[in-house]
Amino acid sequence: MNTTLLTNAMPLFATTPTPIEDPASTFIRLLTVFLLAMWVGFEVITKVPQRLHTPLTSGSNAISGVTVVGALVVAGSLTTGFGTLFGLLAVLLAMINVAGGFVVTHRMLEMFNPKKK
Amino acid sequence: MSSQAWINLAYLTASMLFIVAFKQMSGPRTAVRGNLLGATGMAIAILAACFEQPVTMSIAEYGIWPLLMLIVFAAIGGGIGATMAIRWPMTGMPQMVALLNGFGGAASMLVAAAELTSTRAVSRFEESTRQAVAAASLEPWTQFAIAIGLACFIGSVTLTGSLVAFGKLQELPQFKKPWDNPNRQWINLALAITALFLLWGVFGTSQLLFFLLLVLVAAALGVTLTLPIGGADMPVVICLLNSYSGLAAAAAGFVIDNSVLVIAGSLVGASGLILTAIMCKAMNRSLIGVLFGGLGTTSTVDADEVYAGKIKSAETEELAMILEQADRVVIVPGYGLAVAQAQHAVRELADVLEARGTSVEYAIHPVAGRMPGHMNVLLAEADIPYEQLREMDDINPSFPETDVAIVIGANDVVNPAARNDPDSPIAGMPILDVDKAQTVVVIKRSLSPGFAGIPNPLFAADNTLMYFADGKKALIELTAAVTRD
Repeated sequence: MNTTLLTNAMPLFATTPTPIEDPASTFIRLLTVFLLAMWVGFEVITKVPQRLHTPLTSGSNAISGVTVVGALVVAGSLTTGFGTLFGLLAVLLAMINVAGGFVVTHRMLEMFNPKKK
Repeated sequence: MSSQAWINLAYLTASMLFIVAFKQMSGPRTAVRGNLLGATGMAIAILAACFEQPVTMSIAEYGIWPLLMLIVFAAIGGGIGATMAIRWPMTGMPQMVALLNGFGGAASMLVAAAELTSTRAVSRFEESTRQAVAAASLEPWTQFAIAIGLACFIGSVTLTGSLVAFGKLQELPQFKKPWDNPNRQWINLALAITALFLLWGVFGTSQLLFFLLLVLVAAALGVTLTLPIGGADMPVVICLLNSYSGLAAAAAGFVIDNSVLVIAGSLVGASGLILTAIMCKAMNRSLIGVLFGGLGTTSTVDADEVYAGKIKSAETEELAMILEQADRVVIVPGYGLAVAQAQHAVRELADVLEARGTSVEYAIHPVAGRMPGHMNVLLAEADIPYEQLREMDDINPSFPETDVAIVIGANDVVNPAARNDPDSPIAGMPILDVDKAQTVVVIKRSLSPGFAGIPNPLFAADNTLMYFADGKKALIELTAAVTRD
């Protein structure tokens, strides 16, 4: 894609140009988020009882397919041929992960909740 | 508010929903809701992604085709995933989770690859070069290239590691025996050093060649690390790989500056690590021991010595009589129960016993089976009420008051050598104190050893009766015999 177009690009609906962040700040920002999320993860997950560890594994597996979000953006940005190809492949695989993961977790949890016969 | 702000708000909502999903996993009923909320969050994030600037710009330039392309690929992936999940038998669930996990890792690696080869990234690199030089801050390519390298490495290891785990759990013939090549640690070391070198190359130059080589080396490392691990250590490996796929997603988030990837990836990473730690504690082995140790035997206990003349096998009628007189029965399921597909037969025996006024409970060892909570899911499939499933620490003190303990397809988790023999490979591993029950009935096809490959003194104990038969058949016959009287 045209470099000039991108460096002068403005989001479609914005009224002011978005400032470009310096790399150090980006890294620190994401690092903050990462560490906080890890902490939340530890706190929340230690409360899951042992008998639900399998759905936990399966459910967290589904959520790890969130890569699909990144893949969609990368593939949709239509950069190089290879870039788009890798991106689309990533979309495919990540969606298998997501769909399969949520459905199988659901099936598992259904088994834990016996229906009245 | 700019569109990017709306998108970020959507990502934030999705992240919150993911956290709620994990929180709701604290009970079976709330967990169903939590899972649906997690799926909703994912849907929101996916929708928001389509509004991201690079995508809208493509649409502005090429019309609806880019969007259509994304929809088609996403739909195919979703369809494959959902169909797999619906059609796959629940008993094959550990290997399916492993497979899905591998795909997620691959996706992270591919996103990194795409970013590396995309001119958009290069142009952003150039822009940030200008900025950073001006700001005299971090070296221009550092975060970007490091994140790409890490996403590549972790993603590739996860992919092949998961595929190997799938092969082992699916019991594909190529994976039957754990790989015990004596040079394997040297191979691992060589691969690890090469990988570090290549990582450095990616960090420093962002060259595609380093990236591709890193994929290959990391993939090889994924295989060599997982191949030596035997079936019963699989729960640890599954949890670890699960964690890796989350960390790979987080790394991809660092690559493309996407907070929902970082948050969700971290949650999953943390979840996997906690479960790994729990599994290792439950086996009383360190993670290093599981990954690199295999099961070196220092104890050379001879099976014949342990068993000779002390194995008492019993007939159906005899066992039925014992069961009929029992007030309290504890059933100990193991991987063998899953293999024999005997969970429904167990349920029927339990029903018959309960109808006679006997109390029936199930003792679940944390690493019984091939995945954490494997036994719970197996028994839940037979509609066994979860109140009857008791955790090891909870039920262990009550074994002396238990009349009959029925062990089905479990071996190492009830092996007293863990308690009594300091040289045993399983020494120190917390076990179910089944030998303290009044009578122990062990349903097994033969005296073959469990994963640890050692004899089990439980089988030779005075209060133990062996019932040599296939698990399912044995249970059906027992049920019939007890019903008859």
